[in-house]
Amino acid sequence: MKAPIGWLAEHADLPTDLDPRALADALIRVGLEVERVESGAEDISGPLVVGRVLSFEDEPQKNGKTIRWCSVDVGEDEPRGIVCGAANFAAGDLVVVSLPGAVLPGGFAISARKTYGHVSDGMICSVRELAIGDDHQGILVLPADSAKPGADALDVLGLREAVLDVAVTTDRGYALSIRGLAREAAAALGVAFRDVEAALPPADGAAYGVVIDDRSGCDRFSARALTGLDPAAPTPEWMARRLRQCGMRPISLAVDVTNYVMLETGQPLHAFDRTRLRGDLHARRARAGETVRTLDDVERALDPADMVVADDTGPVAIAGVMGGASTEIGPTTTEVVLEAARWNPPSIAYTARRHRLPSEASRRFERGVDPEIAGIALQRCVDLLAEHGSASPVAGYTVVGSPPAAEPIRLGAALPAATAGVDISRPQVVAALQVVGCAVSGDDPMLVTPPTWRPDLTHPADLVEEVLRLVGYETVPSVLPPLRPGTGLTPAQQLRRAVSRAVAAAGFTEVLSYPFVAPAVHDALGLPPDDPRYDALRLVNPLSEAEPELRTSLLPGLLAAVQRNLGRGNRDLALFESGLVFLRDPDAPPPPDLTVLRRPTEDEVAQLYAAVPPQPRRTAAVLCGARRVKTWQEAERPADWSDAVDFARVVARAAGAELTVRAAERAPWHPGRCAELVLGDRAIGYAGELHPRVVAALDLPERTCAVELDLDAFPAPQPARAPRISTYPPVLLDLALVVDEAVPAAAVLHAVRDAAGPLLESVRLFDVYQDVQRLGRGRKSLAFALRFRADDRTLTVEEATAARDAAVAAAGLATGAALRS
Amino acid sequence: MPQPNFDPVEVAALQPEAIEAEVTTALKAIAAAATLDELKTARLAHAGDRSPLALANREIGALPPAARKAAGQRVGAARGEVAAALTARQTELEAERDARVLLDESVDVTLPTDRNPVGARHPLTTLQERIGDIFIAMGYSVAEGPEVEAAWLNFDALNTPGDHPSRELTDTFWVESVDSGLVMRTQTSPVQIRVMLEQQPPIYVICPGKTFRTDELDATHTPVFHQVEGLVVDEGITMAHLKGTLDHMAEQLFGPGMRTRFRPHYFPFTEPSGEMDILCFVCRGRSVGNPDEPCRTCSNEGWIEWGGCGMVNPRVLAACGIDPERYSGFAFGMGIERSLMFRSGVADMRDIVEGDVRFTAAFGMES
Ligand SMILES: [Zn+2]
Repeated sequence: MKAPIGWLAEHADLPTDLDPRALADALIRVGLEVERVESGAEDISGPLVVGRVLSFEDEPQKNGKTIRWCSVDVGEDEPRGIVCGAANFAAGDLVVVSLPGAVLPGGFAISARKTYGHVSDGMICSVRELAIGDDHQGILVLPADSAKPGADALDVLGLREAVLDVAVTTDRGYALSIRGLAREAAAALGVAFRDVEAALPPADGAAYGVVIDDRSGCDRFSARALTGLDPAAPTPEWMARRLRQCGMRPISLAVDVTNYVMLETGQPLHAFDRTRLRGDLHARRARAGETVRTLDDVERALDPADMVVADDTGPVAIAGVMGGASTEIGPTTTEVVLEAARWNPPSIAYTARRHRLPSEASRRFERGVDPEIAGIALQRCVDLLAEHGSASPVAGYTVVGSPPAAEPIRLGAALPAATAGVDISRPQVVAALQVVGCAVSGDDPMLVTPPTWRPDLTHPADLVEEVLRLVGYETVPSVLPPLRPGTGLTPAQQLRRAVSRAVAAAGFTEVLSYPFVAPAVHDALGLPPDDPRYDALRLVNPLSEAEPELRTSLLPGLLAAVQRNLGRGNRDLALFESGLVFLRDPDAPPPPDLTVLRRPTEDEVAQLYAAVPPQPRRTAAVLCGARRVKTWQEAERPADWSDAVDFARVVARAAGAELTVRAAERAPWHPGRCAELVLGDRAIGYAGELHPRVVAALDLPERTCAVELDLDAFPAPQPARAPRISTYPPVLLDLALVVDEAVPAAAVLHAVRDAAGPLLESVRLFDVYQDVQRLGRGRKSLAFALRFRADDRTLTVEEATAARDAAVAAAGLATGAALRS
Repeated sequence: MPQPNFDPVEVAALQPEAIEAEVTTALKAIAAAATLDELKTARLAHAGDRSPLALANREIGALPPAARKAAGQRVGAARGEVAAALTARQTELEAERDARVLLDESVDVTLPTDRNPVGARHPLTTLQERIGDIFIAMGYSVAEGPEVEAAWLNFDALNTPGDHPSRELTDTFWVESVDSGLVMRTQTSPVQIRVMLEQQPPIYVICPGKTFRTDELDATHTPVFHQVEGLVVDEGITMAHLKGTLDHMAEQLFGPGMRTRFRPHYFPFTEPSGEMDILCFVCRGRSVGNPDEPCRTCSNEGWIEWGGCGMVNPRVLAACGIDPERYSGFAFGMGIERSLMFRSGVADMRDIVEGDVRFTAAFGMES
């Protein structure tokens, strides 16, 4: 809502020397968001004057255009010659001329220049060139006799006046009016407020026949009528100027008056050409199949939820949103019916959005309009049309429907102070409530009746806010609540932090990718057709039609991040992400339809929670390029499958758990280089090198590796048990076993560890090699370093050797391992 | 003619002058030994079995008994002097040798040592943890919830009217269908509702997490962003407590002297509600009315919008089964991305979301 300060001053006793910025600050303090204080003169410098077009010649050009070579009186001794491309003016019209030396908004400097064979000694301006409107269909023609040639056009256009631009929140419909903003300004500055007033005729129902068929959509419909309007009567310049200042375009007197009064009072109004109406006006829902051609000349199919104004022929307006073309005020209209109705806010919001037709009217109806302002608004229209359009009021005033009166609210006198934590006396409370228009009676609790323009005030807390914003939020002191003992992070939260730190310390860099994925990515990952990862939740309104699904795996997002980094020349990558994936639960119930008037029952809460899809937390990583770059000491080591498995082990160690690893086949991994990660007896993830087809399909570097595991699977770590530390010396023995190359190293290690007994302190595999000559084809040698130690004595080599021999025998039985000769 | 068998014999080698000369020669040779090998040669020559002093020592027995003692003392003192010189020189030469070996072993310690791959945590993660820790220290718990959420929890229970534009497809991602009742949460507030449904006061929770709105990615917007919201419900909670808590948070995050300011505003979830500004972290308010110190960050306003806050609407408490007559509460929320931009001077939202390792690496393990 834009509000010229001069207009506000008509309703609030603003100090004459008030700095517009100070007024804006005062409004901000009471909770109005003043986005800008603007003045049309800010971006204009140099001579901008009123001119009278004395005469002109139309001159067709080779390029098909016709220009006008005008003689314009700008209050100097001689008229100036000016070239103009527009044709919407006549000789004798008053226009705005920027003379050489002027600079218009956007840094547009005017100079005398040669164009179309003339020297144009200035420019005739359009509203867009002056940045006071968007209309570019011609130049700005001022009302006849509104100024003298040579007058300062900035003054004539009111461009020097400051205009506040206020963003109005959804609860404050009343602030979408000069009336409402002036009331706030008066309250903020502590000065007197004068409401819009008018003497109303008795409501006799005689202005025009009106029927409300659907009272849920319309609770009051008022009408007045006029006759003998001069359709050619111009809009007075002061009114046109204010409309422009408020960002609206002057159109015709009848339309401009309804817009002007809407800005003034907050009541949207509509003017019908009475001669084009057939029968009574009905406020009703649209019927199936009905259409209406709106003022913007679009034929619109109506929805049975839309409220319309209809006559005997059908809908003549989409109620509260936009009027219809068939009954529009036109250049010959002399008979006028004025409508001022009050429509149901949600209904208007729905209709405006469904038709994508947000309008000045719908913005106000959506936020709620004062039910008692309609009569005054109509009277203002009648008076203005009579004064400026020679119209005569038709006797009679139609008012149908009676909106419910506001209920008084019981407010404990101490509640504002108790809420704010600051002393606020009862007289302060009463004064603040009266300033916003409430009637206050009773002692404690007070009975507070909100004013008709404040439908948002329905609860004591709403009144508390009114009191606090007028007393001033800045009076609230800064006090910490009493300290209380807490329980800190949950074990799961601690685990997550530990994992994040551990993998970062292990050289992985975190990314946080979007969860939106393309269905095709699952094909690229080579998932089998029945893979549950295909079964993703879909967004109704994705940002990109290409990515409508929610991720069922973290890998697509990570792989996209890899590609983005590669595109920027970052080649050696080890990226990780922890986050939720989104799964579909086919057995999930639909969410229950719950009220907010009471707490849902336990069953309802359980059903509500069950309706929310499962969203387990995963952690995943992708590696490509060098895991260790070449240094002066070491050769480069490319990332490989083992780095992916090690990521999982780092995660598990941070979580205080140990994973077992076994070979597996699973997309999108290489079938011979994929490890299943097992915790207890549950597979919680996979790691390894990506399948070459996946690498090719996603255009990834060769041998890209990946790992993904379920972070929720790790139980809360238990307190670790301390080992007994033996101080006796160890016996160190090496052991080389030859097995078939298909035997997993883990199986051999397992057998060795189990059979070596309690004297075995640790075992470490330190070498693997194959050598056809020495080991035979299809055989491999695994070398282990064994460390034996006893708790209670110095171990002899013989004892350790016996334990090792037992391990060799067991490994032989379990895996066919033979001691390397 | 003297009798060699029993007459004391004048032995030239035992003459004091001869011994003295030999000692002088020996000491000179020892001092001249430049290496341990040369010293070894000198030792053999002057302290070995066949050295002049050793030979002289052997002659002592041939002296008359009366002369033996004096000669013995003389030779012993001389041998002692030579031995001491040898030991001293040996120590000296060994020290020189050791020093030379260490010098030979010296390396260029300025060579790079960064063999291990370096990782980093995303600053949004660490900032959420840091904020969580500020509140943990005040006795709060960190509460979390799902990102696909029931619309009832995301809107209705927060007192958002059924027709509120924020529910529209133009603002909110709906999941599966427009009447599925499931949305991508647009705020972390549904977590607060879950907490209030699950426990009675006292409630002190901080809820950081991902949120979603249908904004295209640009320099200042992202469809997936992070919020942190706080909720306190207890007896006697006031707006002054809200202010105190937010001022404390501002100081902890942005440094001593930082504080907040409230401006009345409208949020359905809270009543009274306020927008919350933080002192401009660049000029700290010095630019206000001071043309000498203009500030582009706050446009000379001295304050920057940081988030929203207010006293929990009693209707919300009632919808969660908490007695609004007995308990009151406050809630606040702010964007983590915005806070990160303030704290670390991030200029473009895209840098935060695109996952370029160079961006994250700059933040290390803890931002
Ligand atoms: Zn600043």
